[in-house]
Amino acid sequence: MTTSPSEQPAGRPVDAPYDVLVVGAGPAGLAAATRAGGQGVTVALLDAGAVPGGQYWRQPAPAAAPNTGAALDPTDLAYLHHDLAGYHALVDRLDRQRRRGTTTYLPGHHVWAVEREETPDGDRFVVHALDSTVPGGGTSRTLTARRLVLATGAYDRQVPFPGWDLPGVITAGGAQALLKGHGVPAGRRVVVAGTGPFLLPVAAGLAAAGTQVIGVHEAGSPRAWLRHAGAVGRNLNKLSEGAGYAAALVRHRVPVRTRSVLVAAHGTDRLEAVTVARADGKGGVVPGSEERVACDTLAVGWGFTPQLELPLSLGCRTRVDADGSVVCAVDEDQESTVPGVYVAGETCGVGGAALALLEGAMAGAAAAGTPLRDRRPRRQRVALRRFATAMHQAHPVPAGWVDRVDEDTVVCRCEEVTAARLRAAVTDLGAADARGGKLLARTGMGWCQGRVCGYAAACLTAAWSGTPYDPTRVGTRPVATPVPLGALGVTVGHDVTDGD
Amino acid sequence: MAPVSALGSDPGGDPGSDVVIVGGGIVGAACAYYASRAGLEVTLLERETVGSGTTSRGEGNILISDKSPGPELELALYSRTLWLQAAEELGAGPLELEEKGGLVVATSDAALADLHAFADQQGGAGVDGHRVAAEQLRDHEPHLAADLPGGVHYPQDLQVQPVLAAATLVAAARRHGARVESGVEVTGLERGPDGAIVAVRAGGRRFPTSAVVNAAGTWGGTVSERLGGPVPVLPRRGFILVTEPLPRVVRHKVYSADYVSNVASDDAGLETSVVVEGTQGGTVLIGASRERVGFDDTLSVDVVRRLATQAVRLFPFLADVALMRVYRGFRPYCPDHLPVIGPDPRVPGLFHACGHEGAGIGLAPGTGALVTAMLAGAADHHPVPFDPAPFDPAPFAPSRFLEVAR
Amino acid sequence: MTDPQTFGFDGTEIPFVPGQSVGAALTAAGIRSWRSTRVAQRPRGLFCGIGICFDCLVVADDRPNQRACLLPARPGLQVRTQEGTGHDDLTV
Repeated sequence: MTTSPSEQPAGRPVDAPYDVLVVGAGPAGLAAATRAGGQGVTVALLDAGAVPGGQYWRQPAPAAAPNTGAALDPTDLAYLHHDLAGYHALVDRLDRQRRRGTTTYLPGHHVWAVEREETPDGDRFVVHALDSTVPGGGTSRTLTARRLVLATGAYDRQVPFPGWDLPGVITAGGAQALLKGHGVPAGRRVVVAGTGPFLLPVAAGLAAAGTQVIGVHEAGSPRAWLRHAGAVGRNLNKLSEGAGYAAALVRHRVPVRTRSVLVAAHGTDRLEAVTVARADGKGGVVPGSEERVACDTLAVGWGFTPQLELPLSLGCRTRVDADGSVVCAVDEDQESTVPGVYVAGETCGVGGAALALLEGAMAGAAAAGTPLRDRRPRRQRVALRRFATAMHQAHPVPAGWVDRVDEDTVVCRCEEVTAARLRAAVTDLGAADARGGKLLARTGMGWCQGRVCGYAAACLTAAWSGTPYDPTRVGTRPVATPVPLGALGVTVGHDVTDGD
Repeated sequence: MAPVSALGSDPGGDPGSDVVIVGGGIVGAACAYYASRAGLEVTLLERETVGSGTTSRGEGNILISDKSPGPELELALYSRTLWLQAAEELGAGPLELEEKGGLVVATSDAALADLHAFADQQGGAGVDGHRVAAEQLRDHEPHLAADLPGGVHYPQDLQVQPVLAAATLVAAARRHGARVESGVEVTGLERGPDGAIVAVRAGGRRFPTSAVVNAAGTWGGTVSERLGGPVPVLPRRGFILVTEPLPRVVRHKVYSADYVSNVASDDAGLETSVVVEGTQGGTVLIGASRERVGFDDTLSVDVVRRLATQAVRLFPFLADVALMRVYRGFRPYCPDHLPVIGPDPRVPGLFHACGHEGAGIGLAPGTGALVTAMLAGAADHHPVPFDPAPFDPAPFAPSRFLEVAR
Repeated sequence: MTDPQTFGFDGTEIPFVPGQSVGAALTAAGIRSWRSTRVAQRPRGLFCGIGICFDCLVVADDRPNQRACLLPARPGLQVRTQEGTGHDDLTV
């Protein structure tokens, strides 16, 4: 689809608030924007990506420079996708709404802050986005809206293990993004490890692209699913999606081992091998079962962490989901505890694309003032959430990871904080939670602001201080993504003393 | 103050201490450090974790440069000496103490004249300040904008990493026998028939003592009410911008001359005056805003933009540097902008040590030493050899608010 | 078939298909690290691959701290391995 970054529907005053502003153009955001757009309200859809789809339906970006030859052809990569017809239907709908002039789509826009403002005719939200389509460091644009739908998705949850900072160790989602978005396999000899159903499509995609996938090491046990037969039985189509990937792996002769945990990555300046081992019932290693596997790439993930910066910054209430993640609490209409702020998809509980589409549609409808009252989607949502809970319970982060962290293991990759240093902050200086670790050992103080190590730091500080794990005791990130100071609309040459 | 043994103790409960310090911020930490070092049995009660309140929301400034002659400057100079002593005793590293000095720059000729007059006035009160001509500014700070008319260099200004400093003081206090209870919120006092303090009630528990120090910072007003001796401490919100990690690019604490008038101002509205400094962690911190909005901690992009504009005005290279984080907190201020330190005349055994506004880090050791001297003086069985402060603490006395009320 | 497009990386030319990121093109060329950390000078490259972790920072056309995973490859772009903060030139 073609896009003008500065698109502004004709006849619309520049400063007028949108009726609905959607952040994120993954399944939930696309569903929300198109549903709201179908109700005759004005909609803005802001997305960090160059093309709609988010991570799930990640598409190649168009060429960065004109006339540079053949770009990546999305149809060549279609084999990596599930329900691509659903994607195209949503994008076509979005295009029609844009042509009608009621919907504005702004790709390459990283929302870095949101504010709520009280006005005589009700609350409005002020959204500040870094427009990265502007050359140089980008520029901050401000949009306003009566209602917000936040559909900012999730990223791979990580836990540290020895050697995880070696080049060649990447996240499972990163491997998938390389393949879906760029047509590049992450390596030549790849081990896929961690836990969760997402490992299967990652391995299957790599195998289908001709990469040698040496093995999939799933820490969970397939028998765990049997304990949730009810939730699974009502979601046979979701299960069959997983079965499809499993069958593909059999075809490509990729061994899938369950109850197999990742112990360490090895190498000096790049990954050369990993050690995997059989897991005991508690996520520990069965003694003597360690096995060293040579590889140049490890794709690893332990479920997902929702991106909560924007709802947290607005003061939306959160809850702890079955997977231990902090997620946004929402009501039947996907509305958060802040009136006018709707949240859909992984941000209110990791549950996969089908649930995200449903929640997005419900959020979009409600934000447009026409909530979906049919019973069927509501029942479907309940069933999909149950399925997600069963999935989380079957794929916990194996508790033994804490014991496999040695004193030289880097916990915070940005600030290069080792486990020994974090532990000293706990034992010598009294750190008892992720925030204490941050203030006393600098975990989470770097570029990523604890997005990667936040979960691990919360677990480690709790384990070492003997306090309960409390993931909510992490600071908010009111600056949702780094933004150059010069992009904030600063006026250079303006006298400092005049106090504006 | 009665000896501990006379108080009796709950079987299985807290064994009791000479003093209970309420609040594990920098001021409570300093009180615990000096009191335990002086031989007092100390229990420190912290509602969350050590240093997690306002202490974790500031830059860690120990400033002489922004103070006019008067009691606060005297306390600041005394505290500065104590910070340097603490660094000798505990190591500058664990505190991240840096003797970086301050550079105050004017952005107009009129502001420069005011700054010079201010520095002259300070000179007679023990403040070391040296005029820096326009063409010498960049010898001090190579990245400063080229068109600034001049400034004053204040070599006495210091910086610490405030949470590390608080945790290090508390760790030292522990070595001197202090007990530290985190996650414990004070609910009230237990007093005997004669009005004397018997115990502090906190977190559903009882901590026997005859003396209590209210070092609850911004929450000192609330705590003082619970302890029966209300003092007026109110929040004044501030934002600090944090950049991406950089090499050492700013040597001093650099701020614009109008900072001083904003600090002392009574205006309830938003005031911003830029303060730029580097940290050992590599980030550059950009403050400071002041506004009275209660405990509302939501981000204001307007404040962020104003601070960014002013910072880029002083240091043009910052335009290409990323804002990575914003933190915000609430400075505890008293109506007359002086901290409240000393015995509460209404509750024998209750001492206040709060309301330090934006200067809590800088004033903490002096406050801790002062409170310790007062506690020791009150404890007839503890003839603690402790130098009293080299100045009169009367201007900080809690009684000043009672007189106003009358 | 047109010649492949290239961008510069530490003195060599890296081919790419339009639409690819710098990080993807480097990965396709078998290059796994393009940053040296500021404390321990350790090599780093792609990790999260989606703009979250900031591990894949490069200097591109003299602008440091560009995320290679998000930075679109284009002909003539000059990419360098980033040392430390990428701002050593500012050290005072």
